Amino acid sequence: MRFTPKIPVIAGVMLLCSFAISCKERADNTEITTQEPAIPIVDTTIIQPPKPLKVYSNDTVSVNAYEYSGLEYYLKQKNDTTYVVNFWATWCVPCVEELPNFEKINAKYKENKVKVILVSLDMAKMVETKLLPFINQKQIKSQVLLLRDPDADSWIPKVDSTWSGAIPATLIYNKDMRKFYERSFTYDELEKEISNFK
Amino acid sequence: MFIAIGALTAFKSDIPVGYKVGDIATDFSLKNVDGNKVSLKDFKSAKGFIVVFTCNHCPYAQAYEDRIIALDKKYKSQGYPVIAINPNNPEKQKDDSFVKMQERAKDKKFAFPYLLDEGQKIFPQYGATKTPHVYVLQKTAKGNIVKYIGAIDDNYEDAAAVKQKYVENAVDALVKGKEVTVKETKAIGCSIKA
Repeated sequence: MRFTPKIPVIAGVMLLCSFAISCKERADNTEITTQEPAIPIVDTTIIQPPKPLKVYSNDTVSVNAYEYSGLEYYLKQKNDTTYVVNFWATWCVPCVEELPNFEKINAKYKENKVKVILVSLDMAKMVETKLLPFINQKQIKSQVLLLRDPDADSWIPKVDSTWSGAIPATLIYNKDMRKFYERSFTYDELEKEISNFK
Repeated sequence: MFIAIGALTAFKSDIPVGYKVGDIATDFSLKNVDGNKVSLKDFKSAKGFIVVFTCNHCPYAQAYEDRIIALDKKYKSQGYPVIAINPNNPEKQKDDSFVKMQERAKDKKFAFPYLLDEGQKIFPQYGATKTPHVYVLQKTAKGNIVKYIGAIDDNYEDAAAVKQKYVENAVDALVKGKEVTVKETKAIGCSIKA
């Protein structure tokens, strides 16, 4: 389960290997190689979104839950979008206070290749009672994912080596830059930081 | 490598650095829920301490409450009592007021000190950033040396599913006169409100 997102990469590499081997064999057997079929280009950077561990839903909202191995995909996308990944929980007061700032960014910069992802660290038992009603009540428009991986020491340093584990915390990245913040943001502060990623 | 660490430290200079394993931890005199002041030096026969920065309101701290009680029960007799400190400013977090701390300690029958870090002066010296955040100290002639910093164990959600009891392993090693193997871990917690 933990290595799920790596499987396509491994499969791709294996595919390339098998092509390489078959080509070599053919070269050994015949001197005329001009009619070789073209080797399909396997782009290992395109990895499909991982399959969630579980999907929590009620009548109006639905949230995908991932272990860290699955969530990692959302922390390492390489395209023309700047991602603003906020780690939060419904029980975290400063997180809830700054959430509207992230929502506003998500709405305002939608056409400008900025995407907010809200990674909830709510405990599994709180998802149905707290998280889903919260998303519904506050009409959260940004994408919400649940990180359900209690062995936090195994993944906190992978998100960022400087993170102590306190929330709120935010990761802003695009294909060229990556910056981590263990702090709260006002709207202006957040907008200013994102402007550095253009 | 050292340059990189230096650069990172410089970059994060607005955040208090706090103790590293091997540092000598400061003593303090903080108000306990029974109204008396408590200091580490009061514990004459202790061989060390399990200092836990924790609080009332945080769900992670609540999830660990029974495990903190169990740690004290198991290790007080072995010379390593739990000293719980609420680092939050009650002005900013009403559920962590001194009165609410007293209520919590009574309800849960805390058999260990539950201290208020009045003025929020002690937690920055330790470098605690969240609750719960544990520092295991060993008493020596030089002072109380930090031997472990981090989480209680590797599963906040389910005590029954724990695989690594970090604090227990650390204290067990110290009691046996051995080196602590896992000296530092990270955990999710509620950021301290100073």
